[in-house]
Amino acid sequence: MDEKDLLLLRLLEENSRLSPDDLGIMAELSPDDVASRVTALEEGKIIKSYTTVIDWERAANEGVAAIIELKVNPERDFGYDRIAGRLANFREVRSLRLITGVYDLQLLVTGKTMQEVARFVSEYIAPMDRIRETATHIIMKTYKENGQNFFEKESGERIPYSF
Amino acid sequence: MRDFVSARARTIPPSGIRKFFDLALSMEGVISLGVGEPDFSTPWNLCEASIYSIEQGGTSYTSNRGIQKLREALSVWLSDHYQLTYHPDTEMVITTGVSEGLDIAIRAVTDPGDEVIVAEPSYVSYAPCVTLAGGIPVPVQCREEDHFRLNPDHLMEVLTGKTKAIIINFPNNPTGAVMRREHLRALADIIIDHDLLLISDEVYSELTYSGKHVSSAALDGMWERTITLNGFSKAYAMTGWRIGYLCAPQELCDAALKIHQYVMLCAPVMGQVAAFEGIRRGEDEKDRMVQEYRVRRNLFVEGLNRIGLRCHLPEGAFYAFPSVQKTGLSDVEFAEQLLKEEHVAVVPGSVLGQGGENHCRCAYAVSRKDLAEALRRMEHFIADHGRE
Repeated sequence: MDEKDLLLLRLLEENSRLSPDDLGIMAELSPDDVASRVTALEEGKIIKSYTTVIDWERAANEGVAAIIELKVNPERDFGYDRIAGRLANFREVRSLRLITGVYDLQLLVTGKTMQEVARFVSEYIAPMDRIRETATHIIMKTYKENGQNFFEKESGERIPYSF
Repeated sequence: MRDFVSARARTIPPSGIRKFFDLALSMEGVISLGVGEPDFSTPWNLCEASIYSIEQGGTSYTSNRGIQKLREALSVWLSDHYQLTYHPDTEMVITTGVSEGLDIAIRAVTDPGDEVIVAEPSYVSYAPCVTLAGGIPVPVQCREEDHFRLNPDHLMEVLTGKTKAIIINFPNNPTGAVMRREHLRALADIIIDHDLLLISDEVYSELTYSGKHVSSAALDGMWERTITLNGFSKAYAMTGWRIGYLCAPQELCDAALKIHQYVMLCAPVMGQVAAFEGIRRGEDEKDRMVQEYRVRRNLFVEGLNRIGLRCHLPEGAFYAFPSVQKTGLSDVEFAEQLLKEEHVAVVPGSVLGQGGENHCRCAYAVSRKDLAEALRRMEHFIADHGRE
């Protein structure tokens, strides 16, 4: 990993559809060099996947998302990893993290309705062994996601010319 | 009634782009590459610091020199970054933008009849400020074949017994040229030999893409004969806050400070508070913006050359300075017709002084999307006007 790799990652994080040619111009590299660097980043699992940031509220999607916090009894030899591995297998679990503080694991769960999310938590997550307590927070509004600000910004008025 | 306008005010030229300005304002969908300022908003932590300070009642005058802790922080910062040693209490003044710093620097050193050399093409204020101070501005051209650096031979050609000072601005507005250490050294030797003063406007210093910025005053023998001007507008996206600074040996600094206290009193306190936050905790945001400018430069300059507008690779600032000769139009015609036909605003090079003819200044401090659209429109324009 060098500075050029970091620049490529930053550019791709912002727009994963940039072509090797464009990336090459931007990062002062040849397209071939870009391609081999990106391949190495993919193979090294530094680039996990290419995705799209969508403002689902604006897309009039009826879906619901919730942050679920779990208190978990860790396992001897495995800590939190094995239970996290099981939780990660659920399609409904969009992201999963081990965190410090009152709770241990934090999940982002999505579903079509609030009932569906509640059912998923009560039927699948809460009854799992080693889970002592759950707290469900329904997401009411998203203001910023993956570095993308969803606020409609009134940019200040810019004059057309200045020296 | 008498004509009350002074001869001096009459002498200085009006803005060379007034008519363009009015035309652009009357149009819809203009992409402006004509603005010499960042398109980013000021990093939010700087705004927060200033807002908090206002809420706490921080709305008064500051000392003439500027807030003590800002000067102290700047003194350390300049030493760390550019190996410049300026004492915060005696060799530094916080100014209302570099514009004011320039004015008071020139007035502090210019006597009637003094010749002040101005390296052109350049920002438009240098020569008028010299005129207003009673001096005589003498242009020296930085040429494309020298990558728009100031060639020492050309400097020698304009030196006379009346030459007192030289004003340079690198990284340069409008060409993006950078004087590397060896280029500055050659210049410094002439300045020392002829016992001249250097006024060095380094407001684009942090926007240097080829190695690290070299500050003129850090060269051997130059500190005592240099006034260094710099500011927060460009690097920290703080144009509207109006915060710059002037650094010079005490005698020169005291002279500039006297003028500053009579005409300005102090720089705006809100801006000084934001600038202090910028120095303390603004580096990451600044570096992020600089990296983005560099990406845009690469995209835009490649695009200009691709569509046939020859452009050297600028090593600093956020301007590209392509030649428009290929179109068969003068730079003023090019800028005017491009605005009218394609709604892209650029600044004709000739309004920026000698050496600007047949070029136009394009500020790439706009989003990548707008840059791509501007290039598309320019390509269309050239297809209509190109002469082969």
